[in-house]
Amino acid sequence: MTEQNFPATPGLMAKALKEGIFAGVLALGMFLLYVGIKTDQNINNELIWYPRWGLLAIFVLVAGIGRFLIVGFVAPHINQRRLAKAKAGIPEVSEDKGFFRKHFLKIALVALVLYPPVVMSIYGTQGSLKFVDNFGIQILIYVMLAWGLNVVVGLAGLLDLGYVAFYAVGAYSYALLSDLFGLSFWVLLPIAGILAAFWGIILGFPVLRLRGDYLAIVTLAFGEIIRLVLINWTDVTHGTAGISGVAKASIFGIWSFDVGASNNFAKSFGLPMSSAYYKIFLFYVILALCMLTAYVTLRLRRMPIGRAWEALREDEIACRSLGINTVMTKLTAFAIGAMFGGFAGSFFAARQGFVSPESFVFLESAVILAIVVLGGMGSLTGIAIAAIAMVGGTELLREMEFLKLIFGPDFTPELYRMLLFGLAMIAVMLFKPRGFVGSREPTAFLKERKAVSGSFTKEGHG
Amino acid sequence: MANPNAAAQPLLKVSGVETFYGNIRALAGVDIEVYNGEIVSLIGANGAGKSTLMMTICGSPQARNGSVVFDGTDITKMPTHLIARRRIAQSPEGRRIFPRMTVLENLQMGAGLDKLKYFNEDVEKMFTLFPRLKERQAQRGGTLSGGEQQMLSIARALMARPKLLLLDEPSLGLAPLIVKQIFEAIKVLNEKEGLTVFLVEQNAFAALKLSHRAYVMVNGKVTMSGSGKELLANPEVRAAYLEGGRH
Ligand SMILES: Nc1ncnc2c1ncn2[C@@H]1O[C@H](COP(=O)(O)OP(=O)(O)O)[C@@H](O)[C@H]1O
Ligand SMILES: [Mg+2]
Repeated sequence: MTEQNFPATPGLMAKALKEGIFAGVLALGMFLLYVGIKTDQNINNELIWYPRWGLLAIFVLVAGIGRFLIVGFVAPHINQRRLAKAKAGIPEVSEDKGFFRKHFLKIALVALVLYPPVVMSIYGTQGSLKFVDNFGIQILIYVMLAWGLNVVVGLAGLLDLGYVAFYAVGAYSYALLSDLFGLSFWVLLPIAGILAAFWGIILGFPVLRLRGDYLAIVTLAFGEIIRLVLINWTDVTHGTAGISGVAKASIFGIWSFDVGASNNFAKSFGLPMSSAYYKIFLFYVILALCMLTAYVTLRLRRMPIGRAWEALREDEIACRSLGINTVMTKLTAFAIGAMFGGFAGSFFAARQGFVSPESFVFLESAVILAIVVLGGMGSLTGIAIAAIAMVGGTELLREMEFLKLIFGPDFTPELYRMLLFGLAMIAVMLFKPRGFVGSREPTAFLKERKAVSGSFTKEGHG
Repeated sequence: MANPNAAAQPLLKVSGVETFYGNIRALAGVDIEVYNGEIVSLIGANGAGKSTLMMTICGSPQARNGSVVFDGTDITKMPTHLIARRRIAQSPEGRRIFPRMTVLENLQMGAGLDKLKYFNEDVEKMFTLFPRLKERQAQRGGTLSGGEQQMLSIARALMARPKLLLLDEPSLGLAPLIVKQIFEAIKVLNEKEGLTVFLVEQNAFAALKLSHRAYVMVNGKVTMSGSGKELLANPEVRAAYLEGGRH
């Protein structure tokens, strides 16, 4: 808030124009080689290149016009609103929340429960597959993973860059144990969680004394170690080839989704054969797992261990001087976070029917962490929104076939996933530096809840 | 007025304690005793080792040589959280409240030892002692003023129902009026509830006036001790810590 733009400043348009041109030139410089020129090799393995001036022009124009609009219109508008708010002098007193906001979670849950039947009635059994799977299950897996990591990063404040390791432990636990012992998903789900929690503790011990950057590096290494073990321990894990034919989950053993089984779900109900039923079932399974994660997290936050996590994030020394065993506090955070990762992992294996080290690369950890940070470290709602935006956005990109009309037939929108991811992160961090839901819900109240809460509690006012 | 009774056992007995940061010796054989019901203060210049002594009592860092005995138990090599569970509560240097938690939540953290059994009762007490905290109960710790943070830090320590309260420079950086309020609160707690207080201060005048007994620390050693009044009258102390200071 260094500059205070008053409406209709005469120099404003000139300034916007200048900055717009500057941004355009900058974009030209940045993208000239990356976008403007495409390299390829021909049949003789020779390097050939050809220009893509049209695409380059689009990039430059987007940057230039975008900057012009932001400086000329968006920024003054925002400043004006801030100014008006400051003049009014009301520190956003939390007036009674509207019906929607008050019951947001219940409404969201009902909407999610109704989602598969609604989609199915609109798009038909087969047509609903995409929505239930890509836009439902895929997002919910990340919601669950991010909520699990949130225990470690958001609540306990321990920066974990190797979270995907526990996801992998869960997935391989299910894949291997179901193959070896023929145990069902419902038996192996808790076992996978326990095994992952065990590995969480294994990771926790050596990093007990580490904080911040050092902790991040060691957890990163841990994630890579697990992945390398999965690649190289070929006798057990089949290395990079992975394990295929992982058993499907069943409806508690009563109905199966195996095509040949006599108790096949579709057969039992006289429905036409379709893989959609399995996906819909999986949708409800992951939804239930997410709810379990949310419930446990919310409960724990109100219990001594949850309070200890949050206190640990704030000040470890103060924690100790208040009689909190920080060793146990950290280990439980790692263990519980890892357990949720393990649940998600075994679910992933059952859904995919195939696991390989490919699925557990560092990028996954980074994406999950990004979701937690974007959501606002600690806020379940914020994280869910971030997961929907990020994962749903990625899936949407796949759908944007029409972009090929603009950018040419060899334009594959998925490839720009990470670019968009990065842009989104920068945007969120610029406008909402504490994430989508940056304010923390307090857990302690005396008698009745006063309306004062929340209003003064936003940081960064003073 | 509680006076050290030669026959009674001290609540806290620090004997010959040496504490090191790496190779640097910050405490060079410190002996201090605090008896039940006393306010004892430790004064000394910046860098004398006052905070180090306070932290050594709490076991972080631990003393390399010597012993710290609390309530008849040797706590020299005990981990910090177990020392705290023996009811030594601390308002450390820099206050160290939890900035993102509300005032009430901070107090809750202090009451964890008894699993919040006396929480409501004790919170009311704290609000009587520091009415400012009551007004601010739903506000985040990090947005409180310095004086309020100090009050919160002391109140949080008191929520643990301590046998011994350690205060590290509660007056640091605060307006004189607030300092007066805080010292008044300490006095009330001591007189009404018999709370034992070990106070570290640079504000020697206020500390000596409040204390039953006091120690003077120079370069990691205790160089002088006596009743608060004696030290206030002592010309050496006056020259080093009082003249030109606050009156
Ligand atoms: N964490 C630390 N690491 C190294 N030296 C320290 C540390 N803390 C304090 N010291 C040194 O120990 C000495 C005593 O410090 P301190 O106990 O903080 O003094 P006081 O509280 O009396 O101002 C000082 O010389 C200080 O530089
Ligand atoms: Mg000090």
